[in-house]
Amino acid sequence: MNPELIVFIIFGAVSIIGAIAVISFRHPIYSALSLIVTFFSQAGLFVLLGAHFVAAVQVIVYAGAIMVLFLFVIMLLNLGTLSAKGALTGKLKGVAIILGILLAVEGVYIAVRALNKTEVGSAEAADAAAALKDSPIDTYRIGELLFSDYLLPFEVTSLILLAALIGVIVLVKRDKQPEN
Amino acid sequence: MSLPLEYYLVLSALLFTIGVIGVLIRRNAIIIFMCIELMLNAANLAFVAFSRHLGQAEGQLFVFFVMAVAAAEVAIGLAIIVSVFKHRETINVDEVNSLKG
Repeated sequence: MNPELIVFIIFGAVSIIGAIAVISFRHPIYSALSLIVTFFSQAGLFVLLGAHFVAAVQVIVYAGAIMVLFLFVIMLLNLGTLSAKGALTGKLKGVAIILGILLAVEGVYIAVRALNKTEVGSAEAADAAAALKDSPIDTYRIGELLFSDYLLPFEVTSLILLAALIGVIVLVKRDKQPEN
Repeated sequence: MSLPLEYYLVLSALLFTIGVIGVLIRRNAIIIFMCIELMLNAANLAFVAFSRHLGQAEGQLFVFFVMAVAAAEVAIGLAIIVSVFKHRETINVDEVNSLKG
């Protein structure tokens, strides 16, 4: 058996199990920890795809910074005791799951059957890609693109982060006490 | 011999669907947020898979931008959750329905 396939199955299964755990645990802390498991196994899949920079950023930014923020808010608000009735029940839940399964079938159909009818999935695109595959997509190439062709989006990203920063300060700012 | 593109796209579609189901069935705002992160990550996986398939670095670049936007979105979203909790003492999205017509 192809060793790459074995690694893919392991990481893929762990990420799907982690994702299902995220939506089935009652306590938000367990959901957050399952989400970290999913993020780590996705980082493994990124390594398998040769995207080492993205894998490192995934672990540092997602599994590190963003999930710490989630855990921090869960602990700050002490949500474990409040979330006992945290899910839909009965008929609505069944409808949601059926709609979700339909969406999954559509997605799998597009990935498996409809892809080779498109320009991206055609044999010509695969041949053109095979010619480019000799030069691996490393951090050097990403950085070169980021600071030449994609310089404007990169700068806009910094504006988005600044807007988020100001927005958070405005949102959680304490109102002035009128009686003082 | 590397794996075909379809494997990664199917996995990405499944992860995205799990995120959608989570948003539909959970009523806890924080878990809904986590499911949105799950969907963004599924899209990232598809981006990287296409990037390798086509031999172009742009896909990984877009993952970088998606992560930056997701970080901003999480910061704002969690701030909204904290301020909603301060006012209403709950983050159950069914109980926070003042805007309902």
